[in-house]
Amino acid sequence: MAFAFTDPFETLFNFQQALDQLRASAWLEAGVSGQGAFPPLNVFRKDHDIVVIAEVPGVGKEDLSIEAKGNAIRIAGTKRIAFRDGTSVHRRERRNGRFDRTVTLPIEVDAEKIKAECRDGILAIFLPRAERDKPRAIAIN
Amino acid sequence: MTEQALQVQEKKELAQKGEKTVPARYYVPATDIYEADDALTVVMEVPGVDRKDVEVRLENDELHVEARLDVSKYDGMEPLYTEYNIGHFSRTFSLSQKIDQQQITAALDDGVLTLTLKKVQEAVPRRIEIK
Repeated sequence: MAFAFTDPFETLFNFQQALDQLRASAWLEAGVSGQGAFPPLNVFRKDHDIVVIAEVPGVGKEDLSIEAKGNAIRIAGTKRIAFRDGTSVHRRERRNGRFDRTVTLPIEVDAEKIKAECRDGILAIFLPRAERDKPRAIAIN
Repeated sequence: MTEQALQVQEKKELAQKGEKTVPARYYVPATDIYEADDALTVVMEVPGVDRKDVEVRLENDELHVEARLDVSKYDGMEPLYTEYNIGHFSRTFSLSQKIDQQQITAALDDGVLTLTLKKVQEAVPRRIEIK
């Protein structure tokens, strides 16, 4: 690490700025369907692999369906909100409904090794880059 | 309830009195509030927040909720394409009902924080019998 100590707020702030700079960047080209549709997606690179992260608060595993076909990943599901009877509603800001969107990645993905995790309202899809798609260092003779 | 296609809610950045002194951005969690005879229920969306990082305080009839995100989960991740930003969540409500401090319960499921605030006995509406 470059510094003796790092301020966690500084780290967060820098990361927030990095996220802002890549707002709807060209990396996915035309590969994202329904931009502005639910759930909002962030795409990261971790080593050679791609991680797609979405915020889906209130959506459980059982209400989500993830499909992969080639380089296309489909995220579909339903967000439900349960209201108890006999209560009066003071404020209603949360939204519910169906969602369905597809992302096509500009890299080759090893479809067999895709993993998805949904915890604390965050959906993370791990997409390992296909071995044959990884850049290879070329030895110079 | 009919199921319509779900639209994205742009995250609202915190801008209110009692601004934070730290540079990082805070967001206002989308919140539902409903009231029953004996209790007030506050439901907040705080995706990505751990149980241990939620702080709920009630003082001077103000309910403060702060939910902090553990940014270290993003270590080693390089953003390529983004549609939303991340940050801590913070929100304050002024309560018009008397709440029993001792009986506030909180639950966190799938990134949804549910607070149940029991009203103090005198604030519970009583049905008056007419003789």
